Amino acid sequence: MVNPIDNLNKLFDSRVRLGILSVLMVNESVNFNNLKELMSITDGNLASHLKALEEHKIIKVEKGFIGRKTNTTYMITKAGEKAFKSHLEALEIMIRATK
Amino acid sequence: MNEQQQSLQELQHIKKMMERSSRFISLSGLSGVGAGVAALIGAWLAYPYVFGLKDNIINDTAVITLAMAEDYRVILYTYLFWIAAGTFLAALLSAFFFTWIKSRKEGIPIWGVTARRLMVNVSIPLLVGAVFLFRLLQFQAYELIAPGCLLFYGLALINASKYTLAEIRYLGYAQLLLGMINLWYVGYGLYFWAAGFGVLHIVYGVYMWWKYESKS
Repeated sequence: MVNPIDNLNKLFDSRVRLGILSVLMVNESVNFNNLKELMSITDGNLASHLKALEEHKIIKVEKGFIGRKTNTTYMITKAGEKAFKSHLEALEIMIRATK
Repeated sequence: MNEQQQSLQELQHIKKMMERSSRFISLSGLSGVGAGVAALIGAWLAYPYVFGLKDNIINDTAVITLAMAEDYRVILYTYLFWIAAGTFLAALLSAFFFTWIKSRKEGIPIWGVTARRLMVNVSIPLLVGAVFLFRLLQFQAYELIAPGCLLFYGLALINASKYTLAEIRYLGYAQLLLGMINLWYVGYGLYFWAAGFGVLHIVYGVYMWWKYESKS
């Protein structure tokens, strides 16, 4: 039997990353500042988590401009959606297992 | 803490982040109560003018000249217009005030993405309604103003329910029901209006406050 913990993606081990993914699951795209407001964390902290998720192709980044200001938006990838869903399933199994 | 509790907490965190990012959840029940009280006071002030106990016209000569010219600004010389405008402003301000307080407590920006999305989606049916009611006034179909307000407002609330606390949908249904019944009892518009914008707002507001805010 597969241990459900194997499915608990190590990438989602942090609250911030899980939060980012949750937000991107229900919003088509979200920019850096909005994510910062939602998580209430510092720029540097958020940026490092976003970088890690991007490197694993869980999210994709789009750099654009609003006027002269840079506007970086983030979206979840297909692979990211899949990973998030199996993470949810793993959580469900864990909760059911220990009745 | 065992693994089960940890998983549960994680799920709750996911749910919270999904809600916080997609819906404006700071809308306070007290905003409903405030708007409802404003509506009841407005209806009470309007009563003698609506039922002809007091003269609705502020300046006779101005009204006669404007009416002759078929100038729509004639409405500015009626007491009812100013009572309506004042009621709307008072309701909006009190609704804004309580929600502003709640959003500050929760640390959610009142002008964030979710708030803006909510505003846009409430405004569309309301603005269309305003244009429609304006035309009704021009055709002097005064009996249809109250049901028109209730119907467009009900639709606006149902539209809004996707972008804020979902229970507001039921307030929308109730407004629609009142508005439709009112279509067949056209002389009683002010009563229906007061029931919808006054009583229903207060009932909804108290319920929402009791459900979400009284315990925290």
